[in-house]
Amino acid sequence: MKKIKLIIQREYLTRVKKTSFFIMSILGPLLIAGIFIVPLWLQKIESEQVKNIAVIDESGILVTTLQSTENVVFTDMGKMTLDEAQKGFAKSEYYAVLFIPKNILNSTAVQVFSNRQPDFGLKQYIAKLIERDLETLKLLKSNVNPDLLKAVQTPIFVQTIKWTSDGKEVEVTMEMKTIIGTVASALIYIFIFFYGSQVMRGVVEEKVNRIVEIIISSVRPLQLMIGKIAGIMLVGLTQFALWIVITFSVVWMAQVTLFPEPAVPTIANQTATIDSKVMAQVQALGQDDYQYALDIFGSVSNVNWTLMIVCFLFFFVCGYLLYASMFAAIGSAVDSETDTQQFVLPITIPMVITLVMIQVILNNPDGSIAFWMSMIPFTSPIAMMARIPFGVPIWEVVLSSTILIVSIILMAKLAAKIYRTGILMYGKKITFRELAKWIRYSS
Amino acid sequence: MYMGFITVQDIVKEYSGTKALNNVSIDVEAGSIFGLLGPNGAGKTTLIRIINQILAPDSGKVLFNGEPISASHIGRIGYLPEERGLYKKMKVGEQVVYLAQLKGMSKSIATEKLKAWFQKFEIESWWDRNVDELSKGMQQKVQFIVTILHEPELLILDEPFSGFDPINANVIKQEILALKEKGLTIILSTHTMSSVEELCDSIALINKGNKILDGKVQDIKQKYSTNSYEIKCSGWFDTMASTLTHNYQIIEHQKEGNITTVTLKLLNEIPTNDLIRHFTNLGNVIAFKEILPSMNDIFIDVVGETNQQSQA
Repeated sequence: MKKIKLIIQREYLTRVKKTSFFIMSILGPLLIAGIFIVPLWLQKIESEQVKNIAVIDESGILVTTLQSTENVVFTDMGKMTLDEAQKGFAKSEYYAVLFIPKNILNSTAVQVFSNRQPDFGLKQYIAKLIERDLETLKLLKSNVNPDLLKAVQTPIFVQTIKWTSDGKEVEVTMEMKTIIGTVASALIYIFIFFYGSQVMRGVVEEKVNRIVEIIISSVRPLQLMIGKIAGIMLVGLTQFALWIVITFSVVWMAQVTLFPEPAVPTIANQTATIDSKVMAQVQALGQDDYQYALDIFGSVSNVNWTLMIVCFLFFFVCGYLLYASMFAAIGSAVDSETDTQQFVLPITIPMVITLVMIQVILNNPDGSIAFWMSMIPFTSPIAMMARIPFGVPIWEVVLSSTILIVSIILMAKLAAKIYRTGILMYGKKITFRELAKWIRYSS
Repeated sequence: MYMGFITVQDIVKEYSGTKALNNVSIDVEAGSIFGLLGPNGAGKTTLIRIINQILAPDSGKVLFNGEPISASHIGRIGYLPEERGLYKKMKVGEQVVYLAQLKGMSKSIATEKLKAWFQKFEIESWWDRNVDELSKGMQQKVQFIVTILHEPELLILDEPFSGFDPINANVIKQEILALKEKGLTIILSTHTMSSVEELCDSIALINKGNKILDGKVQDIKQKYSTNSYEIKCSGWFDTMASTLTHNYQIIEHQKEGNITTVTLKLLNEIPTNDLIRHFTNLGNVIAFKEILPSMNDIFIDVVGETNQQSQA
């Protein structure tokens, strides 16, 4: 036991002290936090900026109906021609020039000129406005009262609310669940693959450096293997802990500095009566993307983060142990890192398939594909992490965990047999048949 | 049966049908240096790994000072494998302390002793460097220190001189002899036959998994002696060839100035005194010595012989 501790210590310290570990610890969380913050921040900047749009309306129909808002101000340029506008544009304070051709009622195109790339939001906004105005004009032309049309238009908003076991109603938008499921499953894949292959590289390193025989004359091969796997697991957990702490700090700081007002709806708002909620949502429907983004941001606080983190830790540790055993066996069997390819590919295929199937799982988190993928031990850690945000029946979690743990024990036994033969074997072309032979060797 | 410090009894180890070791037994006397010889792939390393408990034999047993060998003996054995290396990206000092700790030493004692050894080998300045900055010879020195640091009672050295220049090889050789003086039992596996003659008290020769020869180095040499002698004389020796006749066969005959050196083989079982007497009649005998075969010759002879037998 004391020797395993020594090995764990070495494996842990040599890796944690590396600069690459430090960089990963900082970059990872910034990246994750960035996924949440940057779009919001960009939209906030966008929305705060007032855009002056010069309008040249040759048709003379629309200029009167274009409504300015807080952020977008339309100014009628009268009889100014496009050439004149172009000449004076650089000196003016206008963001863009909107050109409406004479035959606008028969054509479908307007033009926006600017000395920069007009942003997508503005383009959408102008399209929407002109569409609406032209529709109204055309309706009037056909003697249809636009109010009548408005009255029959019936937008439907489908709200999804979950009854939790303690009788509360909690709403988390499907979008948010999907984002979290995707991020969590991608993250667990990266963690398992990255740290699993670290085990393989460590084993290969010991073999290539020819230090392995010195070590196993002091400790049993199994102790060395366990020590290495455990040590690298602790590195992974440390990395994860740092990511969690840093990500939450960055998000929290961003919230405080970038969105000082409580723009994030509180849980109380979210769980308000359905009627008023629907109303609010219907109203919000027509609003711009900023509000929508805030809604998503708001439901972050409705996610059960403790459950997510506990599940992540559990499935990371289990998935890692399963794959690390296989990676250790591969590392022991080959003579150099370049020889690992032929073995690494087959064992990572299940993980990659799960990642590819993630969309299917997310679309139907209780479907049979999702179910079976979360039962197969090679795919379950990733599949489960995708499903957890949507809520998974407890018996499924228990069954999946049990299968996983039993598989780890079996896999570790096989791996240990390959490992103890492999680490002393040099210069032999290794095939799967050869590995099977090693498993049958007596100790 | 004599019980040595290390007794290997009837070890059999099989790898998928081929016998790496076939009923091999050896007996290593306490406080001696035991040479384990044999061509490449003979099974030496397998035997060494079995003694180190890295591999388990299919049958047979190893006794350490009379007791069946077990994990508790690991701290009493120092092992320098043939395939040896160090973690490249780790500080030398850190690494040797770690390896010593794995052998069961405490961190403080290991550090203290290591510093002393580093001073002795004049490599103190390497303590804080990365291993990959060290030359191969330097790394070998470090490995040797790690092997003997925990003051083992049994030292197993597999090709300890490979990678050393002659000067450093000599340093290691002297160190091995000094350790023997301290009472350590040493098993030495090597291809360098000259070092076997200089260092080993007894040897075992293994070929294709079978032990084909063992015993004390002196006894083996006597056993394989070819009844050859070297005689140095001064004086007039032109008549020698005719007088030596049928009892002797001259292997070599050299004349440098007044001194004649003759190497010859006795063909019949006649006392060496008769030979000397014969020469004193011819001239002035300066030196007379028996020529024993070198371990190198014995090795080649015996291995060649058994290989022929197995082919026949």
